Amino acid sequence: MKALFMMGCPELPVQTAAALYIANKLNQEGFEVTSAGNKAAISLLLNSDPEKHYIKKVMDLDRCIGALAEKTIDFDLCFVFIHSDSGISYLATIKSISKAKTIAVIFGKEIEPLIEASGDSIIIAAKAVHNPTPLRAQIDGVKSWAALTR
Amino acid sequence: MNYEILLPNSSFKECAEYIKKNFNEVYYVPAGYKIFDNYLVGVPPIPIAVDNDDIIMPYVKPCHGCFVLRIPGKEEVERMRIGMGK
Repeated sequence: MKALFMMGCPELPVQTAAALYIANKLNQEGFEVTSAGNKAAISLLLNSDPEKHYIKKVMDLDRCIGALAEKTIDFDLCFVFIHSDSGISYLATIKSISKAKTIAVIFGKEIEPLIEASGDSIIIAAKAVHNPTPLRAQIDGVKSWAALTR
Repeated sequence: MNYEILLPNSSFKECAEYIKKNFNEVYYVPAGYKIFDNYLVGVPPIPIAVDNDDIIMPYVKPCHGCFVLRIPGKEEVERMRIGMGK
């Protein structure tokens, strides 16, 4: 099973923490996790997980969108990290070009409009900027990610 | 790439509305559509306008929101018109 993280601007500190936390859960269920992001998002991940215990592969965000659009790669699950309107655009794009089941991981101060715009994706959402605990509680509410692939 | 920013730092919806309101020749493409060696990100159907030899399109940047860009591109204009049945 393969999972993709789509990570945007890492201006909110909880993004990296949530990504590594979810990756750990996914690894325990046998997923291989690839993370796509801009340079800053990827750099934060690689500096936090230098031996790639949690994130097995990383990709440039634009290259990942291109590869999905050209159907040279695909995934079972895609987690889109969203704290702004840009994240909603990436989520809509993934839903169009990938067969993956999408999970919108929503955080920040104003999450309601983002939840509303996430449509039929599975939603993990919490008001969180610096403290990942509220988001972690939502993530822990999911007992099996693998079950979503069946 | 040579481009002009027509609308900076907006939401995707605002950019799509701007294109639809301000241009007559508008085509709609799916997300992931390849143009100028770039795969478009956005909520489909994504509006792209043609104005003379220029393409007017939304461009999403993760850290800065969405922009409307005017980009000269005769070849892309022709490809758009042929591909979209005009």
